[in-house]
Amino acid sequence: MSEQRYVSHAIRKLDAGALLSGKPVYTDDLAPASCLVIKLLRSPHAHALIESIRTEAARRVPGIEAIFTYEDVPDKRFTEAGQTFPEPSPDDRLILDRRVRFVGDPVAIVAGEDEKCVDRALKLIKVDYEVLEPVLDFTRALDHPVLIHPEDSYVAKPGIGTDQYRNLCASNLRGKGHVDEVLAQCAYKVEETYHTKAVNQTMMEPFTTYCTMDIYGRIKVVSSTQIPFHVRRIVARALDIPKSSVRVVKPRIGGGFGAKQTSVSEIYPAFVTYKTGKPSKIVFSREECFIHGSPRHEMQIDVRIGAAEDGKIRVIDVHTLSNTGAFGEHGPTTVDLTGTKTISLYRDLDAYRFQSEVVYTNTVSAGAYRGYGATQGMFAVESAVNELAHKMGMDPALIREMNIVRQGDLFSDYHGQRATACTLDQCISRVKELIGWEEKYPFVKTGPHTVRAVGMALSMQGSGIENIDVGTVQLKLNDDGFYTMMIGCSDMGTGCDTILTQMAADCLGCEMDRIIVRGVDTDQSPYDSGSYASSTTYVTGGAVVRACDSIKRRICQEAAALMELPPDQVDFDGNLIIDRHDPDHFMELSDLVNALQAGFGRIIEVTESNTSPVSPPPFMCGACEIEVDLETGKIRPLYYAAVVDCGTVINTNLARVQTEGGIVQGIGMALYEDIRYSPKGKLKNRNLLTYKIPSRLDAGSVHVEFAPSYEPTGPFGAKSIGEVVINTPGPAIADAVYNATGLRFRELPITAEKVYAGLKEIKGAEDADITGTHALRQG
Amino acid sequence: MYTVKHYCMASSLDEAYKTLQENRNNILIGGNLWLRMGERRVNTAIDLSGLGLDTIEETDEGFRIGCMVSLRQLETHEGLHEAFGGLFKKALCPIVGVQFRNCARVGGSLFPRFGFSDVLTAFLACDTEVELYKAGRKKICEFAAMPVDRDILTHVLVRKDHRKVDYRSFRMTETDFPTVTCAVICKEGRYSAVIGARPGCARLVEDVPLDDPQDAGQRAGFARKVAAGLDFGSNMRGSADYRRDLSCRLIMRCLEQLEGEVPGR
Amino acid sequence: MLISFIINGKQAKREIAPDTILLDLLRSMGMKSVKCGCDTGNCGLCTVWLDGSPVLSCSVPAARLEGHTVTTLEGLQEEAAAFSRCLADEGADQCGFCSPGLIINVLALEREIEDPDVNQIKEYLSGNLCRCTGYQSQLRAMMKYFGKSQE
Repeated sequence: MSEQRYVSHAIRKLDAGALLSGKPVYTDDLAPASCLVIKLLRSPHAHALIESIRTEAARRVPGIEAIFTYEDVPDKRFTEAGQTFPEPSPDDRLILDRRVRFVGDPVAIVAGEDEKCVDRALKLIKVDYEVLEPVLDFTRALDHPVLIHPEDSYVAKPGIGTDQYRNLCASNLRGKGHVDEVLAQCAYKVEETYHTKAVNQTMMEPFTTYCTMDIYGRIKVVSSTQIPFHVRRIVARALDIPKSSVRVVKPRIGGGFGAKQTSVSEIYPAFVTYKTGKPSKIVFSREECFIHGSPRHEMQIDVRIGAAEDGKIRVIDVHTLSNTGAFGEHGPTTVDLTGTKTISLYRDLDAYRFQSEVVYTNTVSAGAYRGYGATQGMFAVESAVNELAHKMGMDPALIREMNIVRQGDLFSDYHGQRATACTLDQCISRVKELIGWEEKYPFVKTGPHTVRAVGMALSMQGSGIENIDVGTVQLKLNDDGFYTMMIGCSDMGTGCDTILTQMAADCLGCEMDRIIVRGVDTDQSPYDSGSYASSTTYVTGGAVVRACDSIKRRICQEAAALMELPPDQVDFDGNLIIDRHDPDHFMELSDLVNALQAGFGRIIEVTESNTSPVSPPPFMCGACEIEVDLETGKIRPLYYAAVVDCGTVINTNLARVQTEGGIVQGIGMALYEDIRYSPKGKLKNRNLLTYKIPSRLDAGSVHVEFAPSYEPTGPFGAKSIGEVVINTPGPAIADAVYNATGLRFRELPITAEKVYAGLKEIKGAEDADITGTHALRQG
Repeated sequence: MYTVKHYCMASSLDEAYKTLQENRNNILIGGNLWLRMGERRVNTAIDLSGLGLDTIEETDEGFRIGCMVSLRQLETHEGLHEAFGGLFKKALCPIVGVQFRNCARVGGSLFPRFGFSDVLTAFLACDTEVELYKAGRKKICEFAAMPVDRDILTHVLVRKDHRKVDYRSFRMTETDFPTVTCAVICKEGRYSAVIGARPGCARLVEDVPLDDPQDAGQRAGFARKVAAGLDFGSNMRGSADYRRDLSCRLIMRCLEQLEGEVPGR
Repeated sequence: MLISFIINGKQAKREIAPDTILLDLLRSMGMKSVKCGCDTGNCGLCTVWLDGSPVLSCSVPAARLEGHTVTTLEGLQEEAAAFSRCLADEGADQCGFCSPGLIINVLALEREIEDPDVNQIKEYLSGNLCRCTGYQSQLRAMMKYFGKSQE
């Protein structure tokens, strides 16, 4: 790796031209017009048993091709979680089940020639339910007399701490030292409970899949997914057919953010096409993306944290209760990050403990959402650290500077791994400069009824899953010396196709346009666990570097043979293979390929996989300046300063945009993205009228910088960027609100009404006097 | 998904009205914005866009606004802007986005008397009459209180009368439905207020005295009395109590603005 | 019912159902740049021009098209190229699913408001949602496109 012409530059995305001219590149754009349209009849009850389904009248609607109910599907349970086999998530699903477990749980699959006839048929299906008591409150789900998964065919995975007869999807306990003893010795303690909700990814492209049957009778699944190889397995298991009968193709994806790390939509058209032999498609409506999506796990997190007189944090105790909803997708794994990613931010703890229970309820099944538990954990622990600082009368930035993990440290709770690349200290100091921390902390009075305040939080994530995630890259050298790079990870708009090509071009010493990158087709692409867990740049990027090294060796070998030299006597500069002893003796790469393709039969093609024994965390510090209207409670985010250590920044533009996008998603979660259920378990926020994501008028201004470290195990020194960026807004904004108003919020979102109600309560009796425009905090 | 059996591009209001009466499932379509959300099975969709009802006519006395005028036309009309000091711009700009407001029509926004309507709040803040095809002219207050029937709102008439109006709304996000809408009117030294999204339909409150608008205590008293005369309810965007308090705040801010105490937001 | 209209500069005739929505008609005619993101008029992904004004194609009955002119991004390739380059140079395309609706609305803004300031830009485009970018890179691209200095 000599000169970096592409890595660490602001390179345009390779697909920018197609995307920005509106080319038909997404799943529904590509679906054949002849596809049967599929819709799902959904349960109106949160918990019920189907007593009978009558579909005769619906079947008679002209244009209806097929209707399937629980009686028609295989009886083998599976999970839709896109995880490496054997998935930690329990096998607790059928394609359709006699027991429905949330409002919106599919009851029947209807396929017909157009939407109209399918809509008519849906109305004609008659279902009798035995309505059961639902379990809606996740704090009462454990050992609730009502069981959500009493079925015998339920399969729990080893080592996960599952007990289906307690509504317990997973549980865990670990730690070091005597938490209670150390806590008792601490001069300062915070013991509080925090709550975050099941927010929705709201990627712009809904869940979309179409299927066709190929000439060999295999099912081709074209889907908007982050996990093509897992989808192949999930579909095969769901349909109970061999994996060799399934091919999965991923076109361009209109965003995922983890939602599409669960196989939410694929099994329905796969089943229809398998049964009918006809092409079929399903496009979720936005409402369906809410009521039958894969949102963030709602969590209630008890944090106990203690510090010595001087501010040294000595102990962190985290106890997380997670609501996995009706099914267990990603339940056992998301919860773990509420401990590992938070406790590990702080060094030299005398004791820590992490304890978790993941429970089933009759609500929408949760899944993976960017941050994957770390977001929830960070809101709790970073809020607790802020509270601790306030208790001590210490600057929250200072308590962090005193206690954070440093380069070379053994992480407190991170599978025995060390901080091999860490500039978190620089992230904090630069964020303070950017936001003007010294001048603005804790607040500045800006008007008769407005206060501006700042708040800060830290974040870390991982880079892939150590010892599990696999990225594979296949490189082929073609005529004229251009390369085809086959990858198995999913570019979902993040730009990994581009990033991996940048790396390859620098490794190979050629122009990027000499490398053709091919996205995922499971029949052709090399295996990759998929695009999640912040893995593509680090894990698949590592495979790119290996594949390039390997192909360069092959090139030298083959050229040396033709040049009648020993292989170690030639160098490859990207275009020429040169005799090290005689610079005038060289061979052009294109001549080499042309020669090899003419009778030698030694085509140059390499495949290299990468998996890492570690998952080096990216770090960041984020600080938000908000303005609070003390008369209405409205919080306006004005400015967000973020400094990220993602190792080497591979694409300066794309890393920056990832950060900005993650922060604004986090702002939405902090302030108004809310999830509410009716008393009977119907999700109320089910469209963009009632679930508000930030518009460009709500986002405020975001300033991002990088504090690059060099991760020795990463490609070009890179770590990850995709997830770490969503974690700071919750705790940073919560503390800014505290600094502005004196009110501590331990539940997200912090809506204007909650702030207002809090202010009103403080004002107490004088509140009747609405003439008061006084700020509680006099500047 | 909604379905429509027949589409009638009306060639006269008479035809539109007759068709509308023929079947309970015959409906008028304006901007068509939320029709798709329902499961409604429409027999005949009646479209008034061929009747030249999409213009704003301005005279010395006022404005005659066709029911098919878009919210965007309303918000960008210079005459209206001049006459009501940016009222319509302030009221309409937060409604989703330009494309939405190019679709949404005055008639469709007013006729259902939606509780959350910024449009109704704004018109209630003016001397407005609506012209109904059958029932004829009605004061907008009267219209707002009438049950939604099967008449056709053809025009909105707004008189220029040198009133001063300030408009404010409170929204959880900048382009969300309002939690509360508020307009305060000053005409010849007399004050009145309109409060909408309570979440019920906007209402004009007159006859609350405000002798000295320079006096903060009196302004507060005015706001409190206006709010006291209104019913407030709870929904996802706010509780009744919050809405009541917000209304008071917004009324006071409008008064301050009208009295020139603070510069606009 | 049969309607005739102009689509991207070409005369077209189509048989439609009374409840056909413009969005579906356009996609069935191959104008796949027009996306559906929400069903409630909130997201702006389906934005097209009707007689030159940006509208939500998810809310326009196709029957209303008779004699009118529709323009989609497919018909604005040349005019869109310069702004698209600005987006690409910022990495602001990301997943790209909201890009066509955004681009066509930026071009509408350009035609409607001369020399827009930053607030006018943000307000005009407030109905174009994006979940990937957090809007910052889009704004940088717009400032560049409209020849404004950054901040």
